[in-house]
Amino acid sequence: MKLTEEQIRNVADLANLALTEAEIVRMKRDLEDILTYIDKLNELDTSGVEPMAQVLFSAGTAALREDQERPPLGARAALENAPAAGAGYFKVPKVIER
Amino acid sequence: MNLGELSVASIRADLLAGKYSARELAVQALAHAQRENPKTNAYLTFSPERALAAAQEVDRKIAAGEDPGPLAGVPIAVKDVIVTRGVRTTCGSKLLEHYIPPYDATAIERIEKAGGVIIGKTNCDEFAMGSSNENSAFGPVRNPVAPDRVPGGSSGGSAAAVAQGTAVLALGSDTGGSIRQPASFCGITGVTPTYGRVSRYGLTAFASSLDHIGPLAKSVRDCAALLQVIAGRDEMDATSAFVPVPDYTAALGGGIRGMKIGLPREFFENLESETGDLIHAAVDVLKKLGCELREIRLPHTPYAVAAYYIIATAEASSNLARYDGVRYTRRAESARTLPEMYRLTRDEGFGAECKRRIMLGTYVLSAGYYDAYYLKAQKVRSLIARDYAEAFEQVDAIAGPVSPFPAFRLGEKVDDPVAMYLSDIFTLTGDLAGVPCMSVPCGATRLGLPVGLQILTRHFDEISMFRVADAYQRASN
Repeated sequence: MKLTEEQIRNVADLANLALTEAEIVRMKRDLEDILTYIDKLNELDTSGVEPMAQVLFSAGTAALREDQERPPLGARAALENAPAAGAGYFKVPKVIER
Repeated sequence: MNLGELSVASIRADLLAGKYSARELAVQALAHAQRENPKTNAYLTFSPERALAAAQEVDRKIAAGEDPGPLAGVPIAVKDVIVTRGVRTTCGSKLLEHYIPPYDATAIERIEKAGGVIIGKTNCDEFAMGSSNENSAFGPVRNPVAPDRVPGGSSGGSAAAVAQGTAVLALGSDTGGSIRQPASFCGITGVTPTYGRVSRYGLTAFASSLDHIGPLAKSVRDCAALLQVIAGRDEMDATSAFVPVPDYTAALGGGIRGMKIGLPREFFENLESETGDLIHAAVDVLKKLGCELREIRLPHTPYAVAAYYIIATAEASSNLARYDGVRYTRRAESARTLPEMYRLTRDEGFGAECKRRIMLGTYVLSAGYYDAYYLKAQKVRSLIARDYAEAFEQVDAIAGPVSPFPAFRLGEKVDDPVAMYLSDIFTLTGDLAGVPCMSVPCGATRLGLPVGLQILTRHFDEISMFRVADAYQRASN
């Protein structure tokens, strides 16, 4: 399994990671190794097999609960760990020029 | 006082007999853990205020003649991926170095309601991603049994804390073996309950369809006592099961004559020879206890590592998207624009293994690759789950190794991700199928390195798993 540095940059872009040039070189090698190993799955014929996304039991999980009002965490607690906050909101760098 | 000799039951008896107070025990436990910590780096944060408040509540109840709870006064260490209100929770990541959660995980609430005393938060691989605890941003943990070796991972700090006797119980989390493997490497007992048995509310999400919270302790009995408290439906976790929780400890102490134990052929191939000898000797003990042994097949085991590292990284790439510089304490200071803030914060904050898994997960989910990787892996997951369902039609429990080899040296596998991933070969299938599984100590190699026997049972049949492990532990002691 071979990848190009361009592909690595593209995936890093999708993942919102700003990798350095050195990281890209290392990442290319590591992902190639892992994907080569993963190719092993193609030995298996999985036609007609249902995909399994989650462990579910006949006893029932994932049931809906009743919709009841409850006090929320509150803006103050939610903002306590924000790197920048003000007036009850999270603050981020300006996204609209005016 | 040596904490290593205490158990849930002995602490309760001592407290009720007035030999010491919960407060005295908490003070001593904290001092002991802080003194011992430089040897292992097992703890990242101590929580003295919280521990003393919980201990005083236990003392108050005892003085008032009330029941102090099933975990009364027991010093407990908690893996740092489980959130604790007001107590720093780092997930082993630089990104969350200063994160103070505004709420408690359900397991934490239940432990304190039961009288448990949380003394600190334990080191782990960053966001629970690793098999050696070397991926922590706060330095690796050393194995208390052999300080030049890893304690296993990712719950390495929790396993080391129990093994060095600085906590009687610990909470860990397991996504691909992260409770069982460190338990086996450190010579203690560790349990991954059925998926959905314990609420994941407050467990920092790594791979949601595979994540479990579970107990670590010296003995099977103490693991059962902790699971008893944290198990059961929680409406804050929609995947927690409605299945009633039986009395685990009441089921212990008996024989296991006539139980059918399956030995998967795939689990006995490619074992390091001393590990193999110890596992075979443990299986012989089960036979002497009257179990009927049968060779079984789990034919899709060789595909588990590949399927797991697709599914787990795909889920992780999505779960870790939330660390974007907006909500969780850390933001890259040099960022001028919003996209720059996301990228630089993540690049500075995540360690190499997290980045590798985010990249792999993003790749396998990206346009054009979804069917070939993610969907294929989910189908293979079905086959692995089916292997277990078919095996449990023939046997009551499955026994085998936890890891192909004992604790390896610090740094030994750190530059070879595929080799590191392959060390999880025997633990991954239990998580993929969602069955309960555990590690119980079964001796040590000539170098003194502990080895763990793995026991797996049907969904929600933790009772049978505990009975086998407890009978084995009593017979081998």
